Amino acid sequence: MKELSRRDFLKLCAGSAAAVSLSQALLPELARAVPAAGNPPVLWIQGASCTGCSISLLNSVQPDILKILTEVISLKFHPNVSAAAGELAMRVIEETEAAGNYYLVVEGAVPTKDGGIYCTVGERDGKHLTFLDRVKELGENAAAVLAVGTCAAYGGIPAADPNPTGCKGVQDVFKEEGINTPVLNISGCPPHPDWIVGSLAHVLLFGELPEVDKLGRPKVFYGKLVHDNCPRRQYFDNSKFAKSFSEPGCLLEIGCKGPQAHCDSFDRQWNGGVSWCLKAGAPCIACTEKGFPDDATPFYARMPGVPLPNITASADAVGAVLGAAVVAGIGAHLVGNIATGRLGGK
Amino acid sequence: MAKVIVDPVTRIEGHLKIEVEVEGGQVVSAHSSGTLFRGLELILQGHDPRDAQEVVQRICGVCPIGHATAATLALDDAFDIAPPSNGRIIRNLILGANYIQSHILHFYHLAALDYVKAPDTIAPLAPRYEGDYRLPEEVNSAAVNHYIQALEMRKKAHEMLAIFGGRMPGQRAIVPGGVTETVDAEKILEFKFRLQELISFINNVYIPDVLAVASVYKDWLDIGRGCKNLLAYGAFPVDDNGTLFFTRGCYTGGADRDFDPAKVTEDVKYSWYDDDTIDKHPGESVITPAPDKEGAYSWLKAPRYDGKVHEVGPLARIWISKDQQLRALGEKAFSVMGRHAARAQEAKMVAEAMLDWLGQLEPGKPTCNPHKVPNQATGMGLTEAARGALGHWIKIEAGRVAKYNAVVPTTWNGSPRDEQGQPGPIEQALVGTPVKDPNNPIEVVRVVRAFDPCIACAVHVITPDRKLRKFRVY
Repeated sequence: MKELSRRDFLKLCAGSAAAVSLSQALLPELARAVPAAGNPPVLWIQGASCTGCSISLLNSVQPDILKILTEVISLKFHPNVSAAAGELAMRVIEETEAAGNYYLVVEGAVPTKDGGIYCTVGERDGKHLTFLDRVKELGENAAAVLAVGTCAAYGGIPAADPNPTGCKGVQDVFKEEGINTPVLNISGCPPHPDWIVGSLAHVLLFGELPEVDKLGRPKVFYGKLVHDNCPRRQYFDNSKFAKSFSEPGCLLEIGCKGPQAHCDSFDRQWNGGVSWCLKAGAPCIACTEKGFPDDATPFYARMPGVPLPNITASADAVGAVLGAAVVAGIGAHLVGNIATGRLGGK
Repeated sequence: MAKVIVDPVTRIEGHLKIEVEVEGGQVVSAHSSGTLFRGLELILQGHDPRDAQEVVQRICGVCPIGHATAATLALDDAFDIAPPSNGRIIRNLILGANYIQSHILHFYHLAALDYVKAPDTIAPLAPRYEGDYRLPEEVNSAAVNHYIQALEMRKKAHEMLAIFGGRMPGQRAIVPGGVTETVDAEKILEFKFRLQELISFINNVYIPDVLAVASVYKDWLDIGRGCKNLLAYGAFPVDDNGTLFFTRGCYTGGADRDFDPAKVTEDVKYSWYDDDTIDKHPGESVITPAPDKEGAYSWLKAPRYDGKVHEVGPLARIWISKDQQLRALGEKAFSVMGRHAARAQEAKMVAEAMLDWLGQLEPGKPTCNPHKVPNQATGMGLTEAARGALGHWIKIEAGRVAKYNAVVPTTWNGSPRDEQGQPGPIEQALVGTPVKDPNNPIEVVRVVRAFDPCIACAVHVITPDRKLRKFRVY
């Protein structure tokens, strides 16, 4: 039986998924490859979260993927799915930990202030167990950690200024604690289900993390810039800017952060391929970025200093992002817009 | 007397601990406590008010739509604007789609495993609390199959929502003045196609399953009475004059009454907050954590209406809307099975109404009215999340958020005792519940899950002085 090569895998993941979800496409490969590894146990835990990432994952779940989640891998614990509660649930987690060689999925940020008391996840010996301690313990012994969602990856919404509970992403916690378990960041508020399924599949199929960008995200999903691939890009190039919601035009003036956001939503689309943020006329809020939400607010006001220098500074590279000719063009019309007050602050 | 602690309560949203005392085989007292604290209202302070609808959606990933709706209603109020008809209808369709999603998810994926015996060896459906699983074999195996079918159906409801909302969770379209998405014939058709399939599932699978479970677990029509006072803010404006599909009102002390927002108060006597918020209206409340407070046991506040404990949710909503089938149940409506039945009945009502609303959309007509952010204003947004009455209050000063407060369904239902010592609805509903085996307290979680708690929603406040002290660990 031919094994899926990394190259084929990446092609599969990068492919436009409007008709067939990635979970369906990867299913046969997972079914074939994973049992050989012995039904890897997976623990899914939640900290300072809103459960949105789990709900997003459910949007990819086909009945067959349910089979994968319950028979091929062994999802030992998930707070929203597990039959067990209370002590019984605590026991399942601890037994999985003791048996070792499990994968850990973390959803939600880790409150670290005051010993992490702002999120407790059960009781042990009559005392509350903090999520911080839970992440450290389970993280230390895991084969790998998937930090699902911007909260788990970088802190996200609960870590926004003034970050009242000292929320951090998993990688930062590990760094401080000297924990060396590999962490894969699957950012997004929430992440697209394909990003979660594809990342998990890569880890399980190849036994290692996929290639990541400098923020620790799989390049295959986060390698492209929204602004470069925006269906409204032509409006931008022609300097036609929407002034209010539901108008045609580039959404830059009403807050679009597409020039600083990396993901492939434009290609993959959401919820069975019916739409995505920009298609619905909503400015991008750059929810996949490390600075979300602080760097993206005000959500409905123009990015500070949008003009060229910031675009190029925040993007990977001028050439990769916009192309020299286009850059010159943007510069010209932005200068023109500023001169005529069209892009002036409110 | 045996003390039974369930921590964590799974198959709900968020972090909840339930503690009950059992005497003579039944619960004699109960305490509920939320164990996560984030502080989104504090985070909102100083922001452009329009950031609210995106930030507050992150209060909860299960029903972000309720929060987006309440926030934009508060902003509409503060900005003194209203959406055009198309915008109003699309907001209703987005909220309605999430009701359907949420109710299906709740019954099949959160609650059903308390009644339906899943296969014995499959994690995470095993292990489980053992107890009286008594569905006949064929009903049980049909329900297991429906658990899987329901995954597909709830996903379809999100697809439907995303047609106008852009994506889900965290829809992107609802904004002050209306929605960003526009209307064309193709979107209407795509929406309708999915809606019809969902209506068929609700009528032919969901409702029959709830009836099948209820007929076998008949005793659960007498368990979990609770406070028997109900409150609904109402939702789904069906015209541009503000007529609501679910009416606003309360049912207090056995009688229907009008609702007056001025009578909503928040009490913190048994919550870890300073007492200075007691009896203050939510638009004005100021919260200061007091983790060492004597006698306190929950991060949830205790909202009260006219000083009395009120339950919110689908049961409250359709009871107050005088649904004849629900009212025909009489006292038995206030029960574990009554709440499941109300939720299913409501899914049907909303889905069928959505077909009408969809037909009222006018392709090409505007979906949004322009707005201006005022320098100074206050706003109140009252709506109904899938889980119940949801109110957001905003105060704008110098064009920025000066104060933001959300009083959410699970704060009502999961509230601790108040100044008068009255336990919250879930706490009251637990009292009298039979518990056969304290090591397998399945009866306790049945009562709790019937309320569909959302703890991330309920615990989201924090001190405005930005100072936090070490919280008690017990």
